[in-house]
Amino acid sequence: MNKNLDIKEFLDQDQQKDLLRLLTAGSVDDGKSTLIGRLLFDSKKIYEDQLSALERDSKRIGHAGDKIDYALLLDGLKAEREQGITIDVAYRYFSTAKRKFIIADTPGHEQYTRNMVTGASTANLAIILIDARKGVITQTKRHTFLVSLLGIKHIVLAVNKMDLMDYSEEVFNTIVADYKKFITPLSIPDIEFIPLSALNGDNVVELTPTMPWFKGKSLLQHLESVHAVSDRNFDDFRLPIQNVLRPGLDFRGFSGKIASGVVRKGDELMCLPSRKTATVTRIIGSEGDTDYAFPPQSVTITLSDEIDISRGEMLVHPDNLPRTERQFEAMLVWMDEEKMDPFGQFFLKHTTHTTRARFDQIKYRIDVNTLEQYTTDALELNEIGRVILTTNKPLFFDPYHQNRETGSFVLIDPLSNNTCAVGMIIDKLRPSDLHSRILDPETRRLVEGGKSLINKEELEGRYRQKGSTTWIMGLHGSGKNMLAYALERQLFDKGATVVLLDGSTMRSGLSRELDHSPTDRAEQMRRMAHVCRILNDQGYLVICSFISPDEAIRKQVADIIGHERFKLIYMDATLEYCQKNKPELYEKSKKAEIHNLPGMDERFDIPTDADLILNPENAANNVTQLMEFLDNEGIFPLKA
Amino acid sequence: MNNFSINNLRELETEAIHIIREVAAEFENPVMLYSIGKDSSVMVRLAEKAFYPAKVPFPLMHIDSKWKFQEMTAFRDYYAKENGWNLIVESNMEAFHAGIGPFTHGSKVHTDLMKTQALLQALDKHRFDAAFGGARRDEEKSRAKERIYSFRDRFHQWDPKSQRPELWSIYNARVHKGESIRVFPLSNWTELDIWQYIRLENIPIVPLYFAKERPIVDIDGNLILVDDDRMPKELAEKAQMRKVRFRTLGCYPLTGAIDSEADTIEKIVEEMMTVTVSERTTRVIDFDQEGSMEQKKREGYF
Repeated sequence: MNKNLDIKEFLDQDQQKDLLRLLTAGSVDDGKSTLIGRLLFDSKKIYEDQLSALERDSKRIGHAGDKIDYALLLDGLKAEREQGITIDVAYRYFSTAKRKFIIADTPGHEQYTRNMVTGASTANLAIILIDARKGVITQTKRHTFLVSLLGIKHIVLAVNKMDLMDYSEEVFNTIVADYKKFITPLSIPDIEFIPLSALNGDNVVELTPTMPWFKGKSLLQHLESVHAVSDRNFDDFRLPIQNVLRPGLDFRGFSGKIASGVVRKGDELMCLPSRKTATVTRIIGSEGDTDYAFPPQSVTITLSDEIDISRGEMLVHPDNLPRTERQFEAMLVWMDEEKMDPFGQFFLKHTTHTTRARFDQIKYRIDVNTLEQYTTDALELNEIGRVILTTNKPLFFDPYHQNRETGSFVLIDPLSNNTCAVGMIIDKLRPSDLHSRILDPETRRLVEGGKSLINKEELEGRYRQKGSTTWIMGLHGSGKNMLAYALERQLFDKGATVVLLDGSTMRSGLSRELDHSPTDRAEQMRRMAHVCRILNDQGYLVICSFISPDEAIRKQVADIIGHERFKLIYMDATLEYCQKNKPELYEKSKKAEIHNLPGMDERFDIPTDADLILNPENAANNVTQLMEFLDNEGIFPLKA
Repeated sequence: MNNFSINNLRELETEAIHIIREVAAEFENPVMLYSIGKDSSVMVRLAEKAFYPAKVPFPLMHIDSKWKFQEMTAFRDYYAKENGWNLIVESNMEAFHAGIGPFTHGSKVHTDLMKTQALLQALDKHRFDAAFGGARRDEEKSRAKERIYSFRDRFHQWDPKSQRPELWSIYNARVHKGESIRVFPLSNWTELDIWQYIRLENIPIVPLYFAKERPIVDIDGNLILVDDDRMPKELAEKAQMRKVRFRTLGCYPLTGAIDSEADTIEKIVEEMMTVTVSERTTRVIDFDQEGSMEQKKREGYF
């Protein structure tokens, strides 16, 4: 026999194996380290000298009597070894004739949720370990929830310590039934149940005769045969750009790792956010030029046209676009010792793109043991919650359950630079139904910190008016601008000092980068509210004319300006009236040529707390009514 | 029908290329540390691939302890020149002039001054904010929990308790001035993967990895090569020709050879699969004290 040929054959085959990344969840008590130790040991990965070192260690601090303590093979860091628990994610490597494996070994206790989440983020499969004596317990449920949260599609429920339950089929069946009841709503596509004894090696690598009633595969046989390639998303092409390569004038390549989907030479690609398109001329992979590429390959692409693309942008197929939003919902896991500052600003890193982000709302915290929801102001270490975030620049994303790569992000604390939270984007709600937050009590406190040398009474005496805001709201075409200008004229003529702010003026200057999406509309309102506040503080009357469709935002505007000097005036016009007034605008909305028009494709909350409701049909009368209102309120003229 | 499956080596490769590109994009002044060993050789090849057809946008740096095998130095200079790398070589010259060496001062002092301190001095001198290293998690127990981006404070200290969470393939590259990260793109590779990749990609490596008749002295069970005349005479005199090869490369007085007939990659792998000595045991420094690698890491060694 030619030995040299054998090793060549071996290497050629070994090279073609695929890689399975798996997570083990369970605690030391469940025999997790023993199980992993056995997988490594029995697949002959552990070298002899490590074993002899182990025997030496075992005598000193071992926990398993005279037997080899497999757990000692695994715990790396000195301090942890002394404590006898694994407190971080440790990665192990082993390989069989069929496959290579990377194990993310994570601790099981609740205070290590963040470690488990970390391990789960890259895993294809999770082994959830159960002690046959205890059955399905709180910890099992927690682990299963985290595994489903992180989008792992394959679970193995390993029922360990069967030797201590006389290898009873009944015990096993009860546990399986319990677990199935619990897991149904979590919709995990592939679950396998295996009874075993890690200590004795039963059903770990080989099926042993101890449980003849078990007709399935051993744990290792199952791990070797799970079909994990199809977990990848080959449908939606997304290439987040990492680098632009320009070795010379005649070459410009865009590098990145394909997050999902397949790209071919000749494909038309669109760049986000510019939406410019071009055709793929070359695809350079790790083995040179290729005709097509797929995830998770790292490639460099060249295009037919000189379009401007930089890091953080994304190449996609024009007929299959990701969502592009500045506001979205996510499940968030808080990873930092420091509690969340719900009013803080964070860096958000998503694919290759970093922007700033803040929270609009912490909708609820979820108890990882019971899956019950609780309201909360801020998340703490290891807590998981559902949040709404707004970013400075739009993200190009897919929901996490469709795309792990483009649906995940991390938050970085700008002061400590720590990765303080990680998130998975969900897309259950339309953007217009998300809650925006423009009020920031922290900032407000700072604003109040500065004190003018001129007091309120002096200002009122000088201008003979009370600084306040008359906020006129209503649909497009309700006549609120006309009313606002007429009111300004009247007030000016009677000697008032007045400033008028309307949407178009503001959008042409101060807010020119904002669009009409709900997120940007909220930002526009925030800016206007602060301008009003400043002007009112200085004694000016302000008239505002804004559609202001969102009730929650209006409340926050009032909070910023101060409720006592915020007067809400509602132009109560019917949609028909408005459409008659601005037929072209509403026609465009009907044809979907424009979007985000309140009352049409966007929500308009009719106010229930208006200080004055006006009917646009009485245009002539409305100014008089408003002047009377301001007089009655003592705003203008000032009452002695 | 196209094949959309990826084998384990190509998967490890794409992961490493992604990491290398991220660092190049997000750090101001990265460097790739080059030990001239087989893992370094793989890492260097991955960097070349990551930016092909452009040039790699960062330099290579070798910390020369002045006690490396002569064949290593020759290989280093040849490879860098041949492949157009910008190569930086740095040493702790103060300690060198003071005559520090493993024969006279022992492995602990030598390693600290000529490797750890030399590295820290060089990182400070060039103000690198990211340094690639070729370490793998499967090399040694304490590395199993190492991050791919391993954060170091302004004193280059590694604190196992304050490492940042690392999820998916999103890496946090934010550091304050003076702080830095060590980056390990080969974290998930095993020794066999390295050999496989060298074979697959035909990557040149230092010939010391292959078995050959060499002058060898047995020092306390470590097979040490007589590489130059700095070995004390009374030791060098005991040298015998033995067919040996090296599983790892470092300072020649601290790196033991193994008896071997393996003069091809295939034979090396075959030997590896059957011989049962893990890689780092041929490095003398690991045996200084229990948990010694972890200790060295805290101090700033890779």
